[in-house]
Amino acid sequence: MSRMDMGPRVIELTGVSYSYGDRPLFDALDLSLAPGSFHFLTGPSGSGKTTLLKLCYLELAPGQGHVALFGENADDLDRDGVAAIRQRIGIVHQDCQFLDHLPLSENIALPLAVAGRDPEPERGNLAELLAWVDLGDRANALPPELSGGERQRAALARAVIMAPDVILADEPTGNVDWEMGTRLLMLLVELNKLGKTILVATHDLGLIRQAKVHVQARVLRLANKSLTLAGSDL
Amino acid sequence: MSRPDATQLRLPEAGDVNRIVPPSGITSLLTAFVAAAMAFLSVFALALWFATERLAARWASELAESATLRIAAPQAELDAELAAALRVLDQTPGVTSARALEVAEQRALLEPWFGPDLPLDDLPMPRLIEVTVDRGIFDAEGLALRLRAEVPTAVLDDHTRWRAPLITGAKRLQLVGWLAILLIVGALTAMITLAASASLAANARVIDVLRIIGARDRFVVRAFTRRFTLRALIGAAAGTVLGLIALAAVPQGASAGVLFADLRFRGPEWLAPLAIPLLAAAMAFLATRIAALRRLQETA
Repeated sequence: MSRMDMGPRVIELTGVSYSYGDRPLFDALDLSLAPGSFHFLTGPSGSGKTTLLKLCYLELAPGQGHVALFGENADDLDRDGVAAIRQRIGIVHQDCQFLDHLPLSENIALPLAVAGRDPEPERGNLAELLAWVDLGDRANALPPELSGGERQRAALARAVIMAPDVILADEPTGNVDWEMGTRLLMLLVELNKLGKTILVATHDLGLIRQAKVHVQARVLRLANKSLTLAGSDL
Repeated sequence: MSRPDATQLRLPEAGDVNRIVPPSGITSLLTAFVAAAMAFLSVFALALWFATERLAARWASELAESATLRIAAPQAELDAELAAALRVLDQTPGVTSARALEVAEQRALLEPWFGPDLPLDDLPMPRLIEVTVDRGIFDAEGLALRLRAEVPTAVLDDHTRWRAPLITGAKRLQLVGWLAILLIVGALTAMITLAASASLAANARVIDVLRIIGARDRFVVRAFTRRFTLRALIGAAAGTVLGLIALAAVPQGASAGVLFADLRFRGPEWLAPLAIPLLAAAMAFLATRIAALRRLQETA
């Protein structure tokens, strides 16, 4: 697709192709996210939504084309450089994973420790964050003790603890009921209103319509190996 | 939305890797046990190595500084031949002392082989002269030639014949000790590599989580190397202590007769067993680091 906005880009994919073995998933795909934008990524199952997100946070490397994050070309980054970039990206997986032996509060604060920052001064922020995702009374619970919705909200809290510039969420409402999906969506909307760039992969069109009531979101459709801007019917 | 008491929240520490890898119970115990067993065996291998080294050195010096003269004359001429031999030895450069063994001493030497009841008085027994020499001056061939002329019944044995095989034997034993130490170090490294690889595979999800939240490779590597290094250090320290206790219980040198060499460590030799836990920890560190880096290369 063509560039939507001018100005500095948070994530920029240029002419990206990716294949699983002999099966090409995309061909010469372009994606450009402006700071503070809200995008949904939709498309049929197997169209490559998760793969596209993985390309965005450098878990996968494109077969052809280039990925740039915050103006830095991913080809120029070594492994430490990739780690440093990821500290600026909040990632919410569909099957959100935690360190099961650590209580929730430690899991959420883990990105701070990993980045070498002292979590102690963030104690107040962590309490606020737990209250924001409505997990204030679950701070000492171990991840296996959490429900699906609690895990999704905990993953979102962990994704934002480092005050990242961009949030990438892969089917964040895939494993939760409609009510919990709405709550998660509203948390993402709040983050966007704070200036965060949001990209959400989802096949839930109801969720997209609901979001558009609260935020100016663009919907990208991934199908037939290319990415297009979905029509206004969404 | 209830806000939790911030002061009660449990937090990780900056850069703290101690609790990142979940406790693994039996794997942890097995690693420590293997390190302990290897350290135990290392103590004995080192003791053997040092003992053979001391033995070889002692044999070399003792045998090098001594010779034996055997007078096998008919009984009637024995005393005269003995006196002649002592006179020759007294005049020979490089001979520092020469002493004829008393008959009772010779009998005592034979007793272990023939028993106390053998009528040695009835047997023709040669006389022996114990000679100590200064190898720098002593000329064994020259003495042998002179004895042939003046005391034809005397046979000089300067121990060269059987000194060399004894020293070669001791050196080979020492080589076996080295080989044992190398095998132990290799086995320990292999076992820890296997344990670390298993732990890395079992904790693949932990590694994925850490990478996704922005952990650098050295953070992940440190989490695993620290754990295995500590396990190996503690296990090897325990094994070394047990090995030293067991070594102290083995009959030693003089108290055990000729069957046992003196296996106790002496002086600076003590540094070797004390280094075992450190060496085990270093091997564990390297093995885990290599395994962890290899595993990380497979992740994005």
